[in-house]
Amino acid sequence: MNLLPIFIALPLLGAFILSLIRQKRVGDVLANLINLSLFIISLLLLRYGNLVYKIGGWQPVNGIPIGIYWVKDGLSTLMLVIVNFVALLSTIFSINYMERFTDKNRYYCLFLLMLLGMNGVILAGDMFNLFVFLEISAIASYSLVAFGTESEELEAAFKYQVMGTIASSFILFGIALLYSLTGTLNMADMASVIHNASFNIHNGKFLIFVCGLFIAGFGMKGAIMPFHAWLPDAHPSAPAPISAMLSGVLIKVLGIYTISRVIFNIFGLTPMLSNLLMVLGSLSIIAGAILAIGQNDFKRLLAYSSISQVGYIILGLGLGTPLGILGGLLHLLNHSVFKSLLFLNSGAVEYATDNRDLRKMGGLNKKMPVTGTTNFIASMSIAGVPPFNGFWSKLLIILACILTGHFWFAIWAIIGSIITLAYYLKVQKYAFFGTLKKEWEKIKEVPNFMRLSMIILAILCTIMGLLLIPQLREIFLSPGVEVLRNGLQYINNLGL
Amino acid sequence: MSEIVRTVSKVFSPLIFLFGMYITIHGHLTPGGGFAGGIILAGAIILGILANGSGETRLLYKKNLSSVSEFSGILLFLVLASLGLVISGMFFFNFIGKGISFTIFSAGIIPLCNIGIAFEVGGAVSTIVLMLILFRKEEK
Amino acid sequence: MIIKWIYVLPIILFLIALLGVLVKRNLIKIIISLTIMEYATFLFFALIGYRKGGMPPIEVEGVKSTIFVDPLPQALVLTAIVIGLATTSLLVAIAVRIYQKYGTFDIEKIKKLKG
Repeated sequence: MNLLPIFIALPLLGAFILSLIRQKRVGDVLANLINLSLFIISLLLLRYGNLVYKIGGWQPVNGIPIGIYWVKDGLSTLMLVIVNFVALLSTIFSINYMERFTDKNRYYCLFLLMLLGMNGVILAGDMFNLFVFLEISAIASYSLVAFGTESEELEAAFKYQVMGTIASSFILFGIALLYSLTGTLNMADMASVIHNASFNIHNGKFLIFVCGLFIAGFGMKGAIMPFHAWLPDAHPSAPAPISAMLSGVLIKVLGIYTISRVIFNIFGLTPMLSNLLMVLGSLSIIAGAILAIGQNDFKRLLAYSSISQVGYIILGLGLGTPLGILGGLLHLLNHSVFKSLLFLNSGAVEYATDNRDLRKMGGLNKKMPVTGTTNFIASMSIAGVPPFNGFWSKLLIILACILTGHFWFAIWAIIGSIITLAYYLKVQKYAFFGTLKKEWEKIKEVPNFMRLSMIILAILCTIMGLLLIPQLREIFLSPGVEVLRNGLQYINNLGL
Repeated sequence: MSEIVRTVSKVFSPLIFLFGMYITIHGHLTPGGGFAGGIILAGAIILGILANGSGETRLLYKKNLSSVSEFSGILLFLVLASLGLVISGMFFFNFIGKGISFTIFSAGIIPLCNIGIAFEVGGAVSTIVLMLILFRKEEK
Repeated sequence: MIIKWIYVLPIILFLIALLGVLVKRNLIKIIISLTIMEYATFLFFALIGYRKGGMPPIEVEGVKSTIFVDPLPQALVLTAIVIGLATTSLLVAIAVRIYQKYGTFDIEKIKKLKG
């Protein structure tokens, strides 16, 4: 029970100590130790059920919660495990990769602040805490995108920041309207007020307006079409481990997790909202895939592919049936794993050859076998080839679409999957297979820690399909599915 | 800047600093508290810089001081929160006695938290302004 | 719920500032429009807490009053102002460095990233 504040206190302490230290080795060891301990604690939390942590010990008065609550339920535990795991692997990778930049300790400080913000968003039990931690992690990520201070990175960071600030203003406007309608900020209390019978008659139209504001605001943070315009500029310009964190976990925690909390647990899933989410999801799938084929820059292609895969997750979650939600959550886990592996691969290629243009590369498989093999495994997983993990989650989403009768959405999903296979084969052909160009004769394989991160992620890609076995599914996935399926059970958290 | 501006700023800078400390310490009795008090503290330092010009070594010394002040503000806040965790098992628990209402030494850990936040915000705003001035100077 | 006409004013300010972000070409004007947009949201949030005939929510010794204005939006707006300060300072720092690299503040000329 007392383990929950460690997720916020430990990165905060680490970040502020790291901004004072000058030596590089101490900074490496400290940051990796903090991430490793956070990951182990998040695995330990899998054993407990729902926990509610009242800060300062303020007990409810007359049944009205007056304190700040931190709530850990099935969905939060799953997100905590995946966020801390990808963060651990990114810091291991950046021991070697960030040697080229000048101030490595400041980098670790900003990284830990971003991780702190994401942990806070996952654990938050009331709306304003969610907003404050969302802003902390967003501001840390704006500075990390601009870390190299070349001209392209600064332009991308400016664009990213302007759109992110507009999104935060929309979210704050929505929170203000919701507070004036319900009179409370606690999410469970808000849900119980909204689902009173007399509330909808007076305030139904305002609730639809607030829902629209939230989907616009959180959708801009999570790069859902048509709010995706910052992502193809911001993700390629960041250093490679930061791209892995941004694409792998940040757009999911700030976009998808918050949308599911607000829509499933506070408003309740109506048919209109479900249709809206499914339409936005399929639009993301097709538009992201079509825009990705024409790209020649390795990381820009991966960024458009992120937009496409987030569309799959929104499509799965928007269906509302247990099979669809299971498919959506499994695809969320899978995409974190293989997209971070792909971005770490592109970082390794850039470390060795100092170049991101696909047309200039060729035949890298002979000189960099580890990078080539892991890239092959990740490309096959994301395209949905059995028996890698992408196949199982896409199969579940398409099956769930067909079983509820939405045939057109299933067809869009299948077309998207075929186009995904096409452009990843393009990457493989241009970059790794083929003849070795003369200028790449002298490159070597990347150093040890980078290889370690990529191998761990590749092993996970192959075995994560086993998460669908009933014993493992009960531990990891079923609590999360249960929280989203019976959205209104969130109100029971008031009694704990 | 002319002689009049420099002399007047020498008189007023300590007064503004004192006013910032007053707003911080009475944070639990009157409006204000940590944030507002901290920004007034930063205002006092910025007034000194604007009036007296920017010799580079003086600015570097001030920047190190404000960075250390920012760090120690956050550390004080975190230590108070964790002490609550250690003493009675809840983060941010109010473990100092509540005292008589409407006096300064009341309301538990809240005045100490206000002082920590004031150092943090004052140090942060001063550091930002000083770094922007230093950046323009070193690129010339 | 009856629409109180006082709430229309922050909404108009928000829309004018949003128009400014979309239309203006100078980087500094975009930053100023973003700041105005955030402050319009804070004004809206603080106006929500008003109660008719209410006193400021501070307990003064010896005065017993029962109707106080809602203090929760005021505390939240204070936090959000500090967040807005951090955002603005980061934007200004990035804009200063963009001027050093590109030599101009015009967004029509800062277009190296394409596709």
